[in-house]
Amino acid sequence: MGAHPTAAAPPRPSSLLGGPAGVITVGILLAIAVLLPVLNLAVPPSSALHVPTWALALVGKYLCYALLALSIDLIWGYCGILSLGHGAFFALGGYAMGMHLMREIGPRGVYKNPELPDFMVFLNWQELPWYWHGFDSFAFACLMVVLVPGLLAFVFGWFAFRSRVTGVYLSIISQAMTFAFMLAFFRNDMGFGGNNGLTDFKDVLGFDLQADTTRAALLALSALAVAAAFVVCRFIVTSRLGKVLIAVRDAESRVRFLGYPVASYKLFVFTVSGVMAGIAGALYVPQVGIINPSEFAPANSIEIVIWVAVGGRGTLYGAILGAFAVNYAKSFLTGAIPELWLFALGALFIGVTLFLPKGICGSLPRLRGRRRPPPETTAVARGPLADVPGAQP
Amino acid sequence: MFKRAIRAGSMALVTVLWVLAALAAARPAAAADLAASLDQLARGDFAAKGAAVEAIAGSGHERAEAILQALIDGQLAQVPATGQLVITAASGSVLRLIDPISGAGVSEAERGAVAPITINNRLRAAIRGALGSLTLLSADADRRRAAADAVFRARDGAVVPILETAIARETSDRVRARLERALSALRAVNPALPAADRIRAIERLAASPDQEVGSLLAGVVAGEADAAVRAAAEEALKRVEARLALWGAVGGLFQGLSLGSVLLLAAVGLAITFGVMGVINMAHGEIMMLGAYTTFVIQEWIRTNAPHLFDYSLAFAIPTAFVVAGGVGILIERGVIRFLYGRPLETLLATWGVSLILQQTVRTIFGPNNREVGNPSWMSGAIEVVGGLTLTYNRIWIIVFSLIVFALLMVLIARSSFGLQMRAVTQNRRMAASMGIRTGYVDALTFGLGSGIAGIAGVALSQIDNVSPNLGQSYIIDSFMVVVFGGVGNLWGTLVGAFSLGIVNKVLEPYAGAVLGKILVLVAIILFIQKRPRGLFALKGRAVEN
Amino acid sequence: MSAHPATTPVTSGSEAAPRPHWRLASETLLYLNGVTVSFDGFKALNSLSFYVLERELRAIIGPNGAGKTTMMDVVTGKTRPTAGEVSFNGDIDLTRLDEAAIANLGIGRKFQKPTVFDSHSVYDNLELALAGNRAVLRSLFFRLSGEQRDRIDEVLATIALAPQRATLAGALSHGQKQWLEIGMLLMQDPELLLVDEPAAGMTDAETAQTAELLKEINKRHTVVVVEHDMAFVRALDCHVTVLHEGRVLAEGSLDSVQSNHDVIEVYLGR
Repeated sequence: MGAHPTAAAPPRPSSLLGGPAGVITVGILLAIAVLLPVLNLAVPPSSALHVPTWALALVGKYLCYALLALSIDLIWGYCGILSLGHGAFFALGGYAMGMHLMREIGPRGVYKNPELPDFMVFLNWQELPWYWHGFDSFAFACLMVVLVPGLLAFVFGWFAFRSRVTGVYLSIISQAMTFAFMLAFFRNDMGFGGNNGLTDFKDVLGFDLQADTTRAALLALSALAVAAAFVVCRFIVTSRLGKVLIAVRDAESRVRFLGYPVASYKLFVFTVSGVMAGIAGALYVPQVGIINPSEFAPANSIEIVIWVAVGGRGTLYGAILGAFAVNYAKSFLTGAIPELWLFALGALFIGVTLFLPKGICGSLPRLRGRRRPPPETTAVARGPLADVPGAQP
Repeated sequence: MFKRAIRAGSMALVTVLWVLAALAAARPAAAADLAASLDQLARGDFAAKGAAVEAIAGSGHERAEAILQALIDGQLAQVPATGQLVITAASGSVLRLIDPISGAGVSEAERGAVAPITINNRLRAAIRGALGSLTLLSADADRRRAAADAVFRARDGAVVPILETAIARETSDRVRARLERALSALRAVNPALPAADRIRAIERLAASPDQEVGSLLAGVVAGEADAAVRAAAEEALKRVEARLALWGAVGGLFQGLSLGSVLLLAAVGLAITFGVMGVINMAHGEIMMLGAYTTFVIQEWIRTNAPHLFDYSLAFAIPTAFVVAGGVGILIERGVIRFLYGRPLETLLATWGVSLILQQTVRTIFGPNNREVGNPSWMSGAIEVVGGLTLTYNRIWIIVFSLIVFALLMVLIARSSFGLQMRAVTQNRRMAASMGIRTGYVDALTFGLGSGIAGIAGVALSQIDNVSPNLGQSYIIDSFMVVVFGGVGNLWGTLVGAFSLGIVNKVLEPYAGAVLGKILVLVAIILFIQKRPRGLFALKGRAVEN
Repeated sequence: MSAHPATTPVTSGSEAAPRPHWRLASETLLYLNGVTVSFDGFKALNSLSFYVLERELRAIIGPNGAGKTTMMDVVTGKTRPTAGEVSFNGDIDLTRLDEAAIANLGIGRKFQKPTVFDSHSVYDNLELALAGNRAVLRSLFFRLSGEQRDRIDEVLATIALAPQRATLAGALSHGQKQWLEIGMLLMQDPELLLVDEPAAGMTDAETAQTAELLKEINKRHTVVVVEHDMAFVRALDCHVTVLHEGRVLAEGSLDSVQSNHDVIEVYLGR
């Protein structure tokens, strides 16, 4: 996992982290994981270097979004699958974690019921529904965080890819999927708290969720999760499997005629992506303190896509950058001039697709290209017999 | 002329009614004439007044209804000086006094110069009952019908004689059926009657089943002491429920057709932009919303400037909405989409951006709340086909309207030269261009056409749904489902898709509930796409690949 | 190379080609019998029957809409025939398999429009085509062996793209893309190569080179070429099948079919 390109076979990508940009990305994430908690906990509030707790919460939230954006970039940027339903995987992961946090409240709820969460007492339910059993165990909840979104992604993908639903069709039915989930979770009798969702969490593994130390730990965990996901994604996209994915994106039927079972490749990467989104949701819920059906709203899922588009798809670090940039703009604008946010978001969708199709990260190397060749060309030029007339399109 | 005949009949039958009433329920004051009853009202205590009310009601006099109405409205008064009873009517600052028996104006008096006849609650109830039975004899068929239904609900056995009279006199078959229904109901629940009569009444009730008959029979089944009657009621209830279920299904079908026609309007524009041009327009819903707001603006203008034209507001709204929405569509195509041809996923994202901007623009101008769009008079109200099956006019009109729009569109595409150019560009853009068709121009107009139809759909939606900035969002997913289900590039598929989705949704609703039904439909479509990835009416062959 | 029946008659295409019972079955590599494909009533293939022998070089010609591409679609599993049988290597029924399975059986296809993976380098394009296990997890942990690298270098030399090994395929010229695609077919090492109009859009020199390349390839593989360009077909110097309206119109050497009355009628008549 060396950061430096090894002088191996020419076409093999030189580094797992994908050159300087990847190293910087992982470096920043690790720095966030270490520095922000220290600056919050160890530096006194009077100091200029002190990071307030609200900022921890905000960055923690953005990190979850970054993980979600990575999951989209993996399938959209590398395999051309534009899912408009990834909010569903995110929300399911969130609900799985939320159910555990609900169970941890125990008898400290408003109704003091030791067995049932408040909303069930309110609905006059007598006993815990069967699918809530097991969630009092943290390990079981973690398993479900991975399993439920993963299984949904697998089943959905199995149906979709096997029958070669591609392009906009896939986008539309994935949107319909998350829409159906939203309608279902709005129903009180589903047993997930209906409209209000799951909230009023007290603690996780015995640590108070409001405590600064817990928040700092969650933030660090989120940063590490994003870094780990980044490395996993890099590993996938630089493997031969990744090359097949890119080939599928560019000329799907050609890949099929080469004898690759395209549906299995797509299914694999879609499931990995769904699991990543689920983990993002699970990290998100304890940090924001609520999960409700609006997370399933189709509009949310489309918003994820624009983070990736803004950052630059097919780069991975671009997705992280985009998630931070767009969500920071959102926090800022909805606070300062709320009416302007939707205009800005709309303009962003149009502007990026028309003028910046490669996003920020995709366009930067081109802008710098006069002085320094972009990473791909560096890798390319190192090959034997390197003779690259007009290598860059 | 019709009314006069009834009135003549009513005069002739006064006596019969009077006799029947007297025989049926031994009423002490039955024989008194109207004047005496009035006198009693003026002077007697509440008990005497009660008797007087019954007497007036039983008199069959043509003025009886007016007198009782005045009494309950506090307009029957006594002139203190003469002791004469009058009906008062406000006329400017003074009261006009009317002779209760002749109905002719007598004189005028200052307010406060007459003393209204006092009544209490018990009396008020009695008067209402009496009025109910009196309106059974009203000259107005609709009032008689309403009275019959009121009697059905009240189940006051005392009305039976009048009811029978009314049936005998009734000239309208429709009203007679309602009167007989009421009579059967009274008989069915009257424990004093022989079981055979009651069973016969139950049978007759079951012959004209509706929701109310159902609950009446259910009441009999639950509380009846007589086993034979109960058994008959049970059996009748079964038949009624079966029939009601059938009508429920027919009603559901209508609801489904109605939803289907809305989906058709919403999806057919999409089918053009998506199916014919291969463009995913996520702002399609918002363009419909623009159509709905256009209707709102036009109605507001008409309300303030030319209220008499209100019934024609939609006639102005439809072309205007078409032009506004079509214009916006052309702007979107020229400004955004044309740079993205061949990149459907990017088009999807960019038009989503357009939809956000349109939504927020409308929210900024018109506010986030629902705006009131009215139905013209010819679209309001409902027609009751049979008991329990009511079809609202606005939904009927929208079904008709959607089919007309669809037919016009088919004709436009199949017959006009623009349609020909459109099809040419769809099938082979380069060839069309080399034959001198300005493809950019055709693209813009095609997109404008699809958007214009969305605008028209918005006008229709404004008649049945809330007009708010979120209007479009609630239809966009369903419309896409219709197009995908029906098959891209085939308008017939859209027609079939829209109506089948509408009907399946509404037929599932009573069993699964609205939300679950919708979820089931979505899941079914997602599974259907697996079987036929290109929809119900898919194009096949070489053209599909490119 | 010359595995032709010595006296192949120039058949008139209406009846099914006779199954060559008099030969060893193993020598018939591809066998189509009564294959019909109809799209909404239009018959793209109309009871098409013919066979290709092992190590044969076969050119298929025919006017537009004759069903050449549809025939390739059927063989490679892209299109399911409405009726008829397609068998490979004796008794493998191709109509039941999907594209990937058919490709893994050893049938490679080159499209009319060159399709290479634009965002991959020439080298990566060839690596992706490399024969081997295509399972998902295998490719997640796959590493090139020394022999495989040598094989790629060998093919790079064959298709004369060694200097462009690191170039992105999207940046190649049209002719180079055609060669790269042929190179990818070689990497697949298929028993049967289906090549759709390889010379389309090429210069005369490139066309001649391509014909040589195909003949070279034919030394180790069975090759079926669909082509319009008669000069190219003549350069291939092989057995020719003429398709017309979804069936075989004539078969034989180029000279014999060119003098065939029906063929002249179809190409020049009306």
